[in-house]
Amino acid sequence: LGLALYTSSLCAASSTAFLYHDYCIIGAGPSGLQAAYFLQRAGRDYVVFERSHAPGSFFALYPRHRKLISINKQYTGKSNSEFNLRHDWNSLLSHDHRLLFRRYSRDFFPNADTMVRYLEDFASLLKLRVQYNTAIVHVTLERDVKAWNGHYFLLTDQDRQNYKCSSLLVATGMWVPNVVNFPGSEYVEGYETVSINPEDFAGQTVLILGRGNSAFETAENILGVTNFIHMVSRSRVRLSWATHYVGDLRAINNGLLDTYQLKSLDGLLEGNLEDLAIVKDKKGKLHITLRFYLDNRNTSAGIDSITLPQDELDNFATRAPYDRVIRCLGWKFDFSIYNRSLRMMPEKGNKKKYPQIKPSYESRGTRGLFVLGTASHSVDFRKSAGGFIHGFRYTTRAVHRLLENRHHGVPWPSTVYPITQLTNTIIKRVNEASGLYQMFSVLADIILLRENATAFEYLEEYPVGVLAELEMQTGRKAPNGLFVVIMEYGRNFSGADKDVFYYNRAVGEAQHAWQSNFLHPVIYYYKCLPTERDMRLRPPDWPLPRPDAVHHIVEDFLTDWTAPNAHILPLRRFLENCLSTDLRNFFAESCFLFAFTHQKLPPFCRQGYVRMQGLVGSEGLRRHAVEAGLLEDYTLTDFLGNRPPDSHEGSQDQLLRDHAIPVRPLQHLVNAKDE
Amino acid sequence: MSAQKERWVFSFSFLLCCASSIPTRGSARLLQELSPQEYFSSLQAGRASLAYFSHNVSPGAQPFLEQIENSAEALQDYGISVVKVNCPKEDVSRYCGKENALRKAYLFRGNMLIREFPTDALFDVNSIVANVLFALLFNEVKYVETLADLQNIENALKGRSNMVFAYVPATGTAEHRAVMEAAFVYGTVHQFVLTTEATLLKDAGNDESDVSSARLFFCHCQQATDLVQPCRRTAMGQTLTMLNIHRHLKLMGAPLVTEVAEDPEKVSTVHLQLGLPLVFILSQKETYEADKRTAEFVAWQLLGKAGVALLSRDLVDLNILLRSNVALKTPDEGVPVKYLVLEDTDEVITLVEDKNKVEQIQEDEEEEEEDEDEKENNNQDIQDDQVVEAVARDKKRELPLEQILVLTEETFHSALLETARTVVLFYASWEAVSLAVLRSYTEVADNLKGTRGVLLSQVNCWDWPGVCTKENVTQFPTIKIYKKGERSVMYDGMWGTEELTSFIMLSQVSCPLKLATIDEAEGYLRGEFPSELSSYHHTSLLGIFSTASSEAREAFEEAGRVLSGHVTMGMYFEDDALALSRKYAVSPPALVLARSGGRSVESIALSKQSAQDMVWMIRYELLDIFPEITVQNLPRYLQLGKPFLILFSDGDIGQMESKEMLKLAKGRPHQAFVACWLNLKKTPVGRGVLKAYFATVPSLPLLVWVNLHAGGQVFKFPSEQSVTEMNILSWLEKLKAGLEIPSSTLSEEDWKPPLPAYDFLQMMEMAMPELPLHTSHCRRDTPEWHPPESPGGDTAVREEPSQETKAETVGSPGRDLRGTAPRLAARDKQGKRHSEL
Repeated sequence: LGLALYTSSLCAASSTAFLYHDYCIIGAGPSGLQAAYFLQRAGRDYVVFERSHAPGSFFALYPRHRKLISINKQYTGKSNSEFNLRHDWNSLLSHDHRLLFRRYSRDFFPNADTMVRYLEDFASLLKLRVQYNTAIVHVTLERDVKAWNGHYFLLTDQDRQNYKCSSLLVATGMWVPNVVNFPGSEYVEGYETVSINPEDFAGQTVLILGRGNSAFETAENILGVTNFIHMVSRSRVRLSWATHYVGDLRAINNGLLDTYQLKSLDGLLEGNLEDLAIVKDKKGKLHITLRFYLDNRNTSAGIDSITLPQDELDNFATRAPYDRVIRCLGWKFDFSIYNRSLRMMPEKGNKKKYPQIKPSYESRGTRGLFVLGTASHSVDFRKSAGGFIHGFRYTTRAVHRLLENRHHGVPWPSTVYPITQLTNTIIKRVNEASGLYQMFSVLADIILLRENATAFEYLEEYPVGVLAELEMQTGRKAPNGLFVVIMEYGRNFSGADKDVFYYNRAVGEAQHAWQSNFLHPVIYYYKCLPTERDMRLRPPDWPLPRPDAVHHIVEDFLTDWTAPNAHILPLRRFLENCLSTDLRNFFAESCFLFAFTHQKLPPFCRQGYVRMQGLVGSEGLRRHAVEAGLLEDYTLTDFLGNRPPDSHEGSQDQLLRDHAIPVRPLQHLVNAKDE
Repeated sequence: MSAQKERWVFSFSFLLCCASSIPTRGSARLLQELSPQEYFSSLQAGRASLAYFSHNVSPGAQPFLEQIENSAEALQDYGISVVKVNCPKEDVSRYCGKENALRKAYLFRGNMLIREFPTDALFDVNSIVANVLFALLFNEVKYVETLADLQNIENALKGRSNMVFAYVPATGTAEHRAVMEAAFVYGTVHQFVLTTEATLLKDAGNDESDVSSARLFFCHCQQATDLVQPCRRTAMGQTLTMLNIHRHLKLMGAPLVTEVAEDPEKVSTVHLQLGLPLVFILSQKETYEADKRTAEFVAWQLLGKAGVALLSRDLVDLNILLRSNVALKTPDEGVPVKYLVLEDTDEVITLVEDKNKVEQIQEDEEEEEEDEDEKENNNQDIQDDQVVEAVARDKKRELPLEQILVLTEETFHSALLETARTVVLFYASWEAVSLAVLRSYTEVADNLKGTRGVLLSQVNCWDWPGVCTKENVTQFPTIKIYKKGERSVMYDGMWGTEELTSFIMLSQVSCPLKLATIDEAEGYLRGEFPSELSSYHHTSLLGIFSTASSEAREAFEEAGRVLSGHVTMGMYFEDDALALSRKYAVSPPALVLARSGGRSVESIALSKQSAQDMVWMIRYELLDIFPEITVQNLPRYLQLGKPFLILFSDGDIGQMESKEMLKLAKGRPHQAFVACWLNLKKTPVGRGVLKAYFATVPSLPLLVWVNLHAGGQVFKFPSEQSVTEMNILSWLEKLKAGLEIPSSTLSEEDWKPPLPAYDFLQMMEMAMPELPLHTSHCRRDTPEWHPPESPGGDTAVREEPSQETKAETVGSPGRDLRGTAPRLAARDKQGKRHSEL
């Protein structure tokens, strides 16, 4: 490490043409600033390059209609700041309470200008080192065996100024508009520039290409003034409340669906945009035809010579001429600034707008290049929240922790607890942790067991996709088995064509918890760390390979998993059986009895009572325990001295079990979610 | 167990074969079909045969014929052939001619007709076999209807032969058949008596059994000498099947007590072969006669449940035998013989019977596995954590929290500034242990009501995780005491009202407390100074240092910080320290300990000790020599890692005993054990300890030696000896020499999960058979074998195209627009759906 620092400073000194930093971040958007915050707190040498004069330039323009669809919940009924982040989709992570988004806006769906203001404050209040008005136009590599990753990143800005970095964090977002080229596409207006004044659309007939939130947002804005709006796209509409994916169409934007289904002239249809062609007639009206007809045409004769579909099929759906055609097809990553040697390749299939990265957010092509923020969404596209502020603020923190370990020998932060705290620690985390909740199935808490399961080490929010590399990535050892705490939806619950409101969708009983549909905690137990191969061969739809045991905490209507019998008890039994021990709590009196009648003590007595921290318990509580049959009252049992003689072994234990009185859950209340 | 069963099943079938070796299986079909002439000419003298006469087909008799045919094989085992005689049409002889004769079956021995059976008495194989054997074994199986008949038979047998008495609710049943089959084998050895009269059963001393189930008794008449008394009976516990009866009779035939003279591990008797345990009574020359009587007594009690052997220690050289009086060998292979020390014969019997019970339960479990599963599940969701359950039951009670200030993230720091000392309980409102502590905490608040300068407060970490993290609270509950301008102190004592109150009180005073004058120092030792603590009963520690001993003083101060709240420590290092130390006959640096208000003062010279050593030494010095052990103070003595010599007493101990014990305890300054006493009135759980040791609470006071840390043996001081130093010492010598038998041994079992968890993985497997098997076995370097058809390759990659294709077919992109084009006129249903556009 010392060597690395030394050599890097040496390089910085020797190559005067380059301004050297350990870390370069491209883009001062939410993820760039978030990364800067963590680097700053760790005292690292970093710089953020921002092409605009202020942070969050994307939000200065978009969304065009200025309404953010990330929720900004003012009240949750709870004061737990960590829990409240579960319902705050706009704040970045920081120690500064002033930088909570709800202090900036009271709107549930805030205005985008507020976001710009927030990001400005975030950068200035935390004194983040952002170099504005610097557009990185080219990135290339310089091989050097002494560099952290075997090469340096050489960055060039618009003024030909060069920068040299050991690690490159790409937080450029997704800002290159997706365009389709077809005959007549020159008549199409882009979302980036289309008028947002509804009056400009009065009495017009509009065709919108695309079916994402921007398309619907555009439609929503002009719904009241147009003749009608048609919307064409390749895929069916995907509703976020059916898919549990926040990037799908949000209910706040779906006014057009309403009018379509309520026979108000507006409509949706599916089609491949590449087959389209648009023809403008003399009156300036736009007609939809097919590229096929144009291809067959020999000369560029007048508009009249072009065949329109309705000429042959007189009920062709989009035969009405349009006044405007608007393209709302979303954005893609800017691949253009990277030299070929960086091998920044697009992902495959429906993720081709994203660069190829590993589940550790490191580029597949270049070591030391990490993609942050919305551009890193290929890891959990259409699954979790990694493409959005409320998701990538956590993945950015995870990347920072990976870097701290890799380059500075700072292992992943962890806390060591005695085994008696295992149930508690898990319950605490699943009830309040926001990273687990927002980045469900992507980030997971890892519990590394110490030898003989007397203690454990707790690591928060590790990217589960690189579980196999845990020891290398975190600097922590996992020789004695581990638990992985993660949150999941039911496997067959979410989906574009699923009925998510069917009767009896909620599971109320702990013993059927594995069938839970709504987001709920799942704990995987591995006797040894899964290998790369295990990860590759994991069952489809599983975030993790098959464990040695698994536990689901039953879904809860209030997402409050603190019920002693329905949530904590089954969890304790699961942990006990994995560790082959007894994790119950005991009053000091029971420990006293065990100390005199057993050669070994249960962990709670061993780690508490024996160390003079026994739970004496109030008289009232001990009486309750006696009434429950879980504690024997020896003041009364003078005359009961006739237990069989061979019952020394675990007699108390037996007693504890024999006298337990069933506490039945209230079925009808448990299942209230059905109503 | 099952291996055992097989073994004796085999031996029994072998025996049956011998008994019925006469039949020859000539034809494949066991039911012979003969004409009347052929049949009657084939009858051999002494051979039994069952014949059924028929005119070819008589449809009504068809089912009966089937049963007869089925029983042919069973009967053949007993040398009885089964014949269907086809009567010619014109035949009007005795058997063929009469119309009603055709509804009967005839049993012949040789050519003599023994019995004719109406077909309705032969409704199935059981009834056929039972009735046929019943008729043939007329002498071997006596049928009785009255008690008088039974008694007559019994009396006639006394001194000659044993009797097997069976009750069956009806003849022709499976039980009846089993009895008859047994009688076929054992009829010459024992007299069989059968009844269907339930009244006879009642007399047999079995009023609790219901008359609907068959019962069998073995009556030991052979050894009966008293003509008036009925013979001793041993009931068979199991259902009446041939195997069970055989087993029972086999057991009854075995000798009552087997005398053995070899290693119990090598001994095998019929009991073990039949899957029953064998109890060894360990005897020695001196007590042989008495032991034999005991063995016989036990054997009678256990007859049919276990075997009893008398083992002479003198003949077998096994040192384990010295310490125990009973051994138990179970039929399970590989289970070592258990050596026990039991008090009386009842214990031997419960030992065996309880084991049987356990086995019975296990058998039931196997039979009704599903039932059991459900039961198990029912138990799984029952709370078995005493603390959680107690707190849950108390949750409706409103806690008196008015004395406790509730702090939040915002008020936390300002509150600390307002009072000299703030006690903060960090807890989580959902966590049972911290809620239990909160209840004690309210009692502390009540105790300290009105104490100035102390503020009791609480922070709910579930509401305010930030402040808890900042204050480094990693587990619940945590109590910290914040003093203005000082480091906070974490409470590390018992979570009890008294202990916590005392801690808060003691930590009011700085530790160690600097004393300015000799008067102050002496007042301090008397417990009068400082005045805040004068009402608190405590031991005072005074460190006396000369100006030269600054090193020791620093260590003492450091130790004081560690022990703050647990101990009162003062120090004196003025110029006249020498004068003070002279008074206690030490030279500085020195430690003066004043117990119970200065009435007993000890002084200890300090050498160059580290703070750590000093902490340890102070803790050790504060231990009592002969303490009363309580729930709260046991851990302090446990830490010494020594065996315990405990005098259990119901109430205060007598002066005599107290004096003797104290003498014993003082006698050895660095003794190898903790001498203490336990007041059952104050620590009632001590009764639980005694019950665990001796099954019942023995008479008190009682002196017990417990090797808590090595071996776990428990020895009981002979109650006939008086508790004197001498007696105890000589007893301890005997213990050391291994001459005493431990009364019991503490379980060294690990604490396993009390109940199983829900096996969700298995449930998922049932629902998703495609779930791959778990193959990783923690061997990273060895490549694991995977079946080629398992979902191999990169699932993430493989899955995507399938999603794509799915989208392709379901969403059929482009279909609508293209479909409307004439050239691509193949309009499908998908297209029509959108034609409303």
